[in-house]
Amino acid sequence: MKQRLVVIGAGMASGRVLEHLTDAAPDAFDITLFNAEPRGNYNRIMLSPVLSGEKTYEEIVTHDDAWYAARGIACRFGEKVEKIDREMKVVEGANGHIPYDKLVIATGSNPFMIPLPGHNLDGVIAYRDLEDTQQMMGMGPNNKVVVIGGGLLGLEAAAGMAAHGVDVTVVHIMGHLMERQLDEAAGYLLKKSLEDKGIKICLQANSKEILGEDGKVRALLLDDGTELPCDLLVMAVGIRPNTALAQEAGLATGRGIHVDDQMVTSDPDVFAVGECVEHDGEVFGLVAPLYDQAKVAAQALLEEDAAFMQKTLSTKLKVTGCDLFSAGDFAEGPGREDIVFRDPSRGVYKRLVIEEDRLVGAVMYGDTADGSWFFGLIKDGTSIEEMRETLIFGPAYQGGDTADPLSAVAALPPEAEICGCNGVCKGEIVEAINAGADDLDAVRAGTKASASCGTCTGLVEQVLQVTLGDDFQMPTAQPICGCTDLTHEDVRRLIKGQELKSQAAVWQDLGWTTPNGCHVCRPAINYYLLTDWPLEYQDDPQSRFVNERKHANIQKDGTFSVVPRMWGGITTPDELRAIANAADKYDVPTVKVTGGQRIDLLGVKGEDLPAIWSDLNKAGLVSGHAYSKGLRTVKTCVGTDHCRFGTQDSTGLGIKLEKILWGSWTPHKLKLAVSGCPRNCAEATCKDIGVVCVDSGYQISIGGAAGMDVKETELLCQVPTEDEAIEIVMAVTQAYREGGKYLDRLYKWLGKVGMGWVQAQVVEDLENRAALVARFELSQSIYRKDPWAEHVKEKARTYAPIADFTLEAAE
Amino acid sequence: MSWIDIGHIDEVPLRGARLVKTHIGCIAVFRTAEAEVFAATNSCPHKGGPLSEGIVHGQSVTCPLHNWVFDLNTGEAQGADAGRITIYPVRLEEDRILLDDSAVTRRSAA
Ligand SMILES: Cc1cc2nc3c(=O)[nH]c(=O)nc-3n(C[C@H](O)[C@H](O)[C@H](O)COP(=O)(O)OP(=O)(O)OC[C@H]3O[C@@H](n4cnc5c(N)ncnc54)[C@H](O)[C@@H]3O)c2cc1C
Ligand code: SF4
Ligand code: FES
Repeated sequence: MKQRLVVIGAGMASGRVLEHLTDAAPDAFDITLFNAEPRGNYNRIMLSPVLSGEKTYEEIVTHDDAWYAARGIACRFGEKVEKIDREMKVVEGANGHIPYDKLVIATGSNPFMIPLPGHNLDGVIAYRDLEDTQQMMGMGPNNKVVVIGGGLLGLEAAAGMAAHGVDVTVVHIMGHLMERQLDEAAGYLLKKSLEDKGIKICLQANSKEILGEDGKVRALLLDDGTELPCDLLVMAVGIRPNTALAQEAGLATGRGIHVDDQMVTSDPDVFAVGECVEHDGEVFGLVAPLYDQAKVAAQALLEEDAAFMQKTLSTKLKVTGCDLFSAGDFAEGPGREDIVFRDPSRGVYKRLVIEEDRLVGAVMYGDTADGSWFFGLIKDGTSIEEMRETLIFGPAYQGGDTADPLSAVAALPPEAEICGCNGVCKGEIVEAINAGADDLDAVRAGTKASASCGTCTGLVEQVLQVTLGDDFQMPTAQPICGCTDLTHEDVRRLIKGQELKSQAAVWQDLGWTTPNGCHVCRPAINYYLLTDWPLEYQDDPQSRFVNERKHANIQKDGTFSVVPRMWGGITTPDELRAIANAADKYDVPTVKVTGGQRIDLLGVKGEDLPAIWSDLNKAGLVSGHAYSKGLRTVKTCVGTDHCRFGTQDSTGLGIKLEKILWGSWTPHKLKLAVSGCPRNCAEATCKDIGVVCVDSGYQISIGGAAGMDVKETELLCQVPTEDEAIEIVMAVTQAYREGGKYLDRLYKWLGKVGMGWVQAQVVEDLENRAALVARFELSQSIYRKDPWAEHVKEKARTYAPIADFTLEAAE
Repeated sequence: MSWIDIGHIDEVPLRGARLVKTHIGCIAVFRTAEAEVFAATNSCPHKGGPLSEGIVHGQSVTCPLHNWVFDLNTGEAQGADAGRITIYPVRLEEDRILLDDSAVTRRSAA
């Protein structure tokens, strides 16, 4: 006779038990499945994409009526089990009894509700099931919602609602978000990304009371007196294993229902799986171990040998645009060492924690592509002694001689785990592909890889690409140009990581598809090389746009404009006379005063450039770099020297800054200004870097622009002394030089890294500030010089034709 | 065909160009590799941009004014742009650049 199996709870764990069981032995059991929710198994973790509108509920149902029917499973959905009578071996549902031979308890967990005054009010909910999700989906742009809890669930809830325009505030008791999975730096980046989505975040905030009106929630009161008005309050502060039923039935329970390695409870006929269990002192809150438990339980029910083992877990967050990964133990401690990599322009942070040549923890934000590889090293306890230097750059750098981003995936061993949720390793995916699965859906159907939370989708695609080669079309990021598949960010990272110090090295080692690049990539690569390796790399004029090669601006008729530098906009009668003489001597048709406080000689013939420069040099005038992606001008007002409002010597500071910064190359042009008081006559607040002098010091603000985009600067900091102001300006310039994407103005770079990051790097971290200043100085030891004088001396010939047959004929 | 010596290859920077002035306009001499030169009219068919000031890559040059790209073998504009520059015969002999004299001498209007 068939055994009778009763399953309590149709959640993520029991769904897997049923699959394994009915796959392996379709006729072994008569199965009855209870579920308190009025529906069958669905992919609970995908409620977040349902909330944000990226998926529908129908898309996340894992087992439908037809499936249960085909497997002969009797469904009692919407019916709560009220009692288990172990003596009689009977389960009491709300609608009647049913006897069992074997029982599986899979009741999951209950969200924990902080018993604040007011927690019973209408509109105070948890985030656990479809009903909660639907309540949140009922909120719109006119609603305010407060989420208590800055962990995984709370943040997914907040981001989901923010996607619908809801005004969301997250209240978190700790000093940074997701403190159990992230360290401070990653938590900080996460906060910034969420704030960019319009979510307000209050850290170190203690909730005191939930205020209501007519039985409905009205606001959350914090213990510092702040009142946060809300129409809905979501508590996402943790879960408690749902053990009530088991406890009443007299099963051994602690924090969860006690189970052994076979998922058997203290009663040999009763099994338990999922978040309701406690195994070896641990309880569970992520699906990966539950799936393992489900497999073991199915095997044990069929009396096969199997044992559940706990593994290191990794975490990801399912919020679009917040790419994070954390695994293992990343607390600091004696004997532990950190390797940290930051790429501010991409908002990337990676930290590896090493103990005795083993990787024990990894936290990543912004670029998590190598997560599974690091995770593998942690789980396997691999010795990393040999690869310590390059470890942080991931598998692509380990021994391989190619920088193909896919080689990271190619390098993974078959047993490397790709899908953490479902425990699918690379080998299984490759097997499925070789058996005919040729796209993502087919791989999903065949292996379940990327079928749960979906964050490994990119990796699965890469495995497809590596296995199928050209037969698989990858969705790709925007490469620099047609010469390469790599993005600017990739190339910057690789230039540093692989210590590429020449253009030839970049073309060769990064697999350029053209012999020597093109007009798009060459100037970018030239710039990256000269900022990263100022001493080793020599600037290549042939990789520069004509203006920067000839140190003058080409005009539409092929003539050039010549702009000598006027430090801080100050000039002298002698300089003016020299300019006037040059204008006469070289027949300059137009002399114009520029917006940057200097004089432009327009219409100079290319051949005359060295001669006019030489004349100007004699009067002490040097190149104004009016043509460069580099420092242009430092505009000033007269400040304390003459103006009755001036608070500091703005002209003097402007001149000092210009003398320090001139000649430096930056990703795009860099304009500065210094105003002597907040009346701001030098228009400092629409420059890339602006200084406004005040009585108590210098306000430095950055990220302004007045071109196609008009932008006001944002305050970086205020400092008391001129020396400090200069230091900050140098440091911020260097940070932009090192991180900015070629042709991104400072405000674009700022938009990517965020003001908070810049402040941390340049204002707060003094050591880092000093290091930036030192690197800037090092680079300036090469570039702080007048290119005109140099060209007059060494290159004058090249400005003339190599041969002139018009002269010959005239003779 | 007769060849005129216009200079030593090292006078043209690698991946750069120099100008040759003639009565019929300027000719740009490009050096695309250590020992590889091309000659073409200096004037871009689009709006007359000076091609000798462009970035030289592969066997092509990009006009500095609006980024049209020309193949120096055929003179054809690449990609979506339609246009053509005149290419002149040029060769290297013991590091001297020799240009076909038809390129530099005044042609009769025949
Ligand atoms: C919004 C959200 C996002 C998540 N994201 C992730 C993620 O990205 N990655 C990850 O690994 N994990 C994630 N989790 C956690 C994951 O969903 C849980 O670990 C998993 O669902 C637990 O599975 P389970 O089967 O133990 O319990 P559940 O899936 O909760 O199923 C238990 C079921 O039992 C029913 N039940 C309870 N008591 C009774 C009773 N007496 N009678 C009948 N039925 C009963 C309940 O109604 C419920 O349907 C997320 C959770 C949520 C809520
Ligand atoms: S900004 Fe202030 S100090 Fe400078 S000129 Fe204007 S009013 Fe005078
Ligand atoms: S003039 Fe050459 S591209 Fe316009």
